[in-house]
Amino acid sequence: MSEPRSTAIEPRRSVILDVAVRAEVHTLLLVSLYLLFAGHNQPGGGFSGGLVASCAFCLRYVAGGERELARHRRVPPPWLLGAGLLLAVGTGLAPLFTGGQFLESALADLELPVIGTVHLASVLVFDTGVYLVVVGMALLLLEQFGAADGAEPIGTREEPSGEGGA
Amino acid sequence: MVTAAALPLAARRLGNRVFHLAALPPLAAVAWAFREAPATDAGGALVEDVEWLPSLGVSLGFRFDGLAALMVALVAGIGALVFVYARSYFDDGADVGRFAATLLVFSGSMLGLVLADDLIALFLFWELTSVTSFLLIGTEDEKVAARSGAMQALLITAGGGLAMLGGFVLVAEAAGTYSLSEIVADPPSGAAVDWGLVLVLLGAFTKSAQVPFHSWLPRAMTAPTPVSAYLHSATMVKAGVYLVARWSPAFATHAPWRPIVLTVGLATMLLGGYRAMRQHDLKLVLAYGTISQLGLMVVLFGAGTPEATYAGCALLLAHGVFKAALFMLVGVIDHQTHTRDLRMLDGLGRRWPAVAATGVVVAASMAGVPPLLGFVAKEEALASLGGTGAGWGPWVLGGVVVGSVLTVAYSARFVLGAFGPAEEGGFVDRGEVVGADAPRPAPAFVAPAVVLAGVTVVCGLVPATVDPMVGRAFESLFGREAHHHLALWHGITPALGLSALVLAAGALAVVRRRSVAELQARVAGGPSAQSAYDRSLKGMLQAADVLTGKVQNGSLPVYLGVILTTLVVVPGVPLLLDLELPELRVADRPGQVVVGTVMLAAALAAAMVRRRFAAVILIGAVGYGMAALFVLQGAPDLAITQLLIETLSVVMFVLVFRHLPATFPRRRIRGSQAPRVAVAVAAAAFAFVFTLAAVGARSEAPVSDEYLTRAEPEGGGDNVVNVVIVDFRGFDTMGEITVLAVAVLGVAATVRTGRRERTRDGVPDDGPRDVAVAVAEGEGEAG
Repeated sequence: MSEPRSTAIEPRRSVILDVAVRAEVHTLLLVSLYLLFAGHNQPGGGFSGGLVASCAFCLRYVAGGERELARHRRVPPPWLLGAGLLLAVGTGLAPLFTGGQFLESALADLELPVIGTVHLASVLVFDTGVYLVVVGMALLLLEQFGAADGAEPIGTREEPSGEGGA
Repeated sequence: MVTAAALPLAARRLGNRVFHLAALPPLAAVAWAFREAPATDAGGALVEDVEWLPSLGVSLGFRFDGLAALMVALVAGIGALVFVYARSYFDDGADVGRFAATLLVFSGSMLGLVLADDLIALFLFWELTSVTSFLLIGTEDEKVAARSGAMQALLITAGGGLAMLGGFVLVAEAAGTYSLSEIVADPPSGAAVDWGLVLVLLGAFTKSAQVPFHSWLPRAMTAPTPVSAYLHSATMVKAGVYLVARWSPAFATHAPWRPIVLTVGLATMLLGGYRAMRQHDLKLVLAYGTISQLGLMVVLFGAGTPEATYAGCALLLAHGVFKAALFMLVGVIDHQTHTRDLRMLDGLGRRWPAVAATGVVVAASMAGVPPLLGFVAKEEALASLGGTGAGWGPWVLGGVVVGSVLTVAYSARFVLGAFGPAEEGGFVDRGEVVGADAPRPAPAFVAPAVVLAGVTVVCGLVPATVDPMVGRAFESLFGREAHHHLALWHGITPALGLSALVLAAGALAVVRRRSVAELQARVAGGPSAQSAYDRSLKGMLQAADVLTGKVQNGSLPVYLGVILTTLVVVPGVPLLLDLELPELRVADRPGQVVVGTVMLAAALAAAMVRRRFAAVILIGAVGYGMAALFVLQGAPDLAITQLLIETLSVVMFVLVFRHLPATFPRRRIRGSQAPRVAVAVAAAAFAFVFTLAAVGARSEAPVSDEYLTRAEPEGGGDNVVNVVIVDFRGFDTMGEITVLAVAVLGVAATVRTGRRERTRDGVPDDGPRDVAVAVAEGEGEAG
């Protein structure tokens, strides 16, 4: 708001939404991680975890537009897609080298301080791959559809009163 | 193969000396073949089996027997010489490494082809040689002729290869094994086998440039000469002949075999010889000569009699040796004088006596002049065809004699054209002849051809040097020792008389070559295989154009209509014919009624509202209702996923729809829209009935019980849904996320294209509309 130029591109921002989203996004991301890790034994999993994270990014986009999104993004979305696929395929291939079948899973119980016994399955890595692909997909779509150059809706030009949805 | 991968790197440092490095593997193969050759005595063989795709029953079975040894010696021996030769042929250039690597890959695949015992492996190597041949013909990819020649070779040989694969499967299924040696040892029979044989022959004929598939070989002459010398004379084109040789002893008596093979082979031999007389390009003379000789070999092997096969083995070797040498010499001439037109070459023989002498020797071998290897093989051929005693014997023999006369004639045409004085007229008068000022070729350039010429002389004078090799090849095909041996002098025999007759008639044709040429000029060209190929290719492309225009007309309503109609008709009709509705309950608990009512209302409203955003949100409401139903049914995982997906979908729809007018266009439903309405209603009705029927159609116990019991002990998780997703059905999930990633990248690319067009034209075009469809698809995948 301080620069006059940016107001031309960025329309009015709702302060309440802004603050609420800031408070919420990290919680949502945490929840998504929880879903990812809990998924093997409780409702959740890589897919729903990824979707929750995607929703968090959507919120951030709704509040701050694509600039807000881009400011917090360090990895290009296609990399996420690729990394996710690599992880998934990699976990699939790994057992082949130890004499197992494609996609065979392994289990391990870990004693960690504070948390206690953690029941780990190799499919968690696979699930992480799914998670990354979903997040990558959402970010890529947001980036493509949310780009500012098409921001002026056709409807507003044709019938000036006709906009209000989002 | 490993060496091949390293070659491009090595080429940067070594320049074109890289060819010397590339010559090492073939040399090693030759050495190995000669060391192991005694193992193939008396029809023995070295067998090696490597499991490849055990689940499909495909293995890489290799078998080194007599015929394989002969082919290995030919492929690797000539290969090594060609590499040495290529070093002089090419100037240092960027692509030398790539070329050498491809040539070596070809060499490896060709060796694999002749060693493979498993039919699938054979097919694999067969297509590999087709592909490398394509790459090698197109080496000079900036030339149109090279590209179209390469494409033609690929289309014809790979198409034939596919037919051959079909034939392999038919025959192998009938035989119950894919092992070539087992099939031949115990040949199956029946109508399916006969059709299979025809298909296999089709593959062999396309590869070996038999009529009417020969047109690719002359076109392939746009390749650099080392390629022509190696692939298109000595080795690759022999693959078809090799296959005929392998199968003939077992299948020659099957109904379709002999008529097809003998007719095609003879026609090829005569046509090739005839056309060779009409060419002015030295390379084309040799190319048609190769076609002619391949026809002869197909006749010999295809006849399937022991004697003819024996002669075929000898000719296989002899032809490889002299034809490779001839091509190398053409390459030398081309490289030094920059022309291959025999009308422009003048008196090279006097200036390059050594080159000319080599050329005369190998061409004489081709013509079958004693005492060269070509003569030994040719006489063997004439004798074997004369002594069949079968009804077709005399006819075939007559054809082969005429073909041989042509061979003598075009051999002489080659020698006179390349090394003799230019003929009076045309080019001489215009002063365009070349010769006097052409630089002499370097000794290393000519050396490989000289080596081959030496081979043809020595082996001709002392046939005992090659006799064991040919004998073993014969044994491997017929399983018994050959009755006779190659010899220069069999005594006064009918074959000797025929040889003399052939030489005399050939000599006459050379002396009277003017009148022969006039006679040929008067006989009109007739239909040529080249124009047939051109026409069919053009027709195919046009048909594809028309079809694409009809099917992909770019109208979304048409696409959707076709998809939905298919959906309704294909599963819908059987569904209606055999409809069994389950017992229906209204609801299990009151909550469902409430949620259901809300969903129905939202769905109805979505169809009626005028504003797009309202419609989107109402559809979202339907989705949330669905999630609520899942919760009521005790499926938290599904509910979570459904809820999240709906949320994301609404966001995405909103993002896209802001590019569209806020309201749907107000249009009355007109008569012309009736089909659309009908399709939409039908699709909806189908979805309704189908879901109902699917619920009641369960006849097997649900797999979920099994999953429930197995999830904890095997998947190590309590959440069965997730264990199913990531473990039991992990492979599906992997496929799904791959599809998801690809779809998203596609959507992103589409959006980006649309945006670029918009910014360029400055006006909004149909881009967003496409995007709306694309995002709908993307969401479909995600759901």
